[in-house]
Amino acid sequence: MTTATPVTPDGAERTAPPRRGASHLLAWLGLAPFLAYVLLFLALPTVLALASGLFDSDGAFTLDNVAALGDPVILTTFWSSTWLSLLTAVVGAVLGALVCYAMLGLSETGPMRTAVDAAAGVFAQFGGVMLAFAFIATIGLQGVVTQLLTGAGIDIFADGPWIYELPGLILPYVFFQIPLMVITFMPALSALKPQWAEANLTLGGMRASFWTRVGIPVLAPSFLACTLLLFANAFSSYATAAALASQGSQIVPLQIRTALTSETVLGRENLAGALALGMIVVVGVVMWLYSLVQRRAARWQG
Amino acid sequence: MNRLAPSRTTRWVIGILVGAFFAIPMGSTLLYTFRDGDGFSPVHWAALFDPARAALYAPIWTGLGNSVVLSVLTVAIVLFVLAPTMVLVHLRFPRLRPGFEFLVLLPISIPAIVLVVGLAPIYLQLGRMLGTGTWTLAFAYGITVLPFAYRAIQASIDAVDIRTLSEAARALGAGWGTVLLRVIAPNLRSGLLAASLISVAVVLGEFTIASLLNRQVFQTALVVVKNSDGYAAAVFTLLALAFAFVLLIVIGIAGRARAGKAGS
Repeated sequence: MTTATPVTPDGAERTAPPRRGASHLLAWLGLAPFLAYVLLFLALPTVLALASGLFDSDGAFTLDNVAALGDPVILTTFWSSTWLSLLTAVVGAVLGALVCYAMLGLSETGPMRTAVDAAAGVFAQFGGVMLAFAFIATIGLQGVVTQLLTGAGIDIFADGPWIYELPGLILPYVFFQIPLMVITFMPALSALKPQWAEANLTLGGMRASFWTRVGIPVLAPSFLACTLLLFANAFSSYATAAALASQGSQIVPLQIRTALTSETVLGRENLAGALALGMIVVVGVVMWLYSLVQRRAARWQG
Repeated sequence: MNRLAPSRTTRWVIGILVGAFFAIPMGSTLLYTFRDGDGFSPVHWAALFDPARAALYAPIWTGLGNSVVLSVLTVAIVLFVLAPTMVLVHLRFPRLRPGFEFLVLLPISIPAIVLVVGLAPIYLQLGRMLGTGTWTLAFAYGITVLPFAYRAIQASIDAVDIRTLSEAARALGAGWGTVLLRVIAPNLRSGLLAASLISVAVVLGEFTIASLLNRQVFQTALVVVKNSDGYAAAVFTLLALAFAFVLLIVIGIAGRARAGKAGS
């Protein structure tokens, strides 16, 4: 903390070169704690994670772990992760966009809007383990809905307990994708100007033609950007799957867990590094596309 | 009312369909916790207060205690490391802002599980220096909440002209410490509050990092208890969701209060 400096009425103090130099240095020093923190806990772990895939357990450089990404088992896992993320991203995006559309009818400061916003925040960020439990209680083997359906003569597990396998992840994933879509897509929809609808009417357009000629083309880039974000979100998600599937590793994050916690095979940590590398590549490409599309989408906002 | 809004009927149809998708799992979980053999009773809720079962729920209380400590430390990182840096960047290094923004939003695109792979060796070293206490996880959590906290605080910074405020305070003879604590911080109150609450919600919901680094927090404790008593896990799930909902309602109201003030 600096002490108060005497100031001349015309504020000349701030332009005096030597003092400015000292305070400038002090300002740079002020950035130091945050930079050190981010370097140590964000940059370093990311670099370590990616680099560990390029070395063997003795610390020698090797491409074996990266080559292991071509293993059919690992390729299958990446494919499972990809289609699960793609499917839930598209379904979540469409349903989430419909919710946003319906929310246009709510007053922006009304209690209903506050409640929907809060619910979206809870379900988008507070999911994970608890979401898995909720779905076990609902459509698990002893779930409430499962028993209701069994009572009605429908056995949803006739083909085996899919809730604990890959298809069981679809519903919980959609459950957290919809609220994320509501949070990220709502600003774009709110930015549509009602005046455009009036202009459309004045020029002889119909209510439907507003959406086909103006609304949808303007919103398309935002919609695509949000869908990409949802894809990255599902691809990165770990907790729900970890709590639902107690064994097996159907998706990439679970495979990383297996590699990290494997006590039988030495040197598997490096496979975890290679898998992390693969994940970063997929998520990195998706987020790069997101920023490209988002830049285009931002044209109509603000 | 927005002219682009769908008709009342369309609104209701969308609301009911999507609402049902969310209400059914929540309602089912609630029903599930009231199950008692073939009938229904609050036996599983009452069990929370049963001394005979206290040992069974002990992991939850330990985990919750650890999560609360972690929340406090993570909020401290947000308030005392992130927020002052943001103010500094805004006032003194406006040209650094795009790079700074890129940096703090980066954790969104790095999956937590990838971060864990790199954090494992760092925590091994950290364990030697600081011990393996659960509180050290706050360093990792501070990173995961960065994007959320940044957005909340930045919204406040953009809404208040802190440059003029700080120059006025400096001209009146205030030191930088006073400016930061007594002029800028009160004006960013709603943003700092929202950032803190969202950090608490994220920390209470975090599972990936804690689980893979073998630390006991609320979420990992839920999984432990689930293996012996699925009903208790469901009860705690509902309580935690209700708590998070209240937190975010508070954020919503704080945000609205700010919007109202800015408008007048």
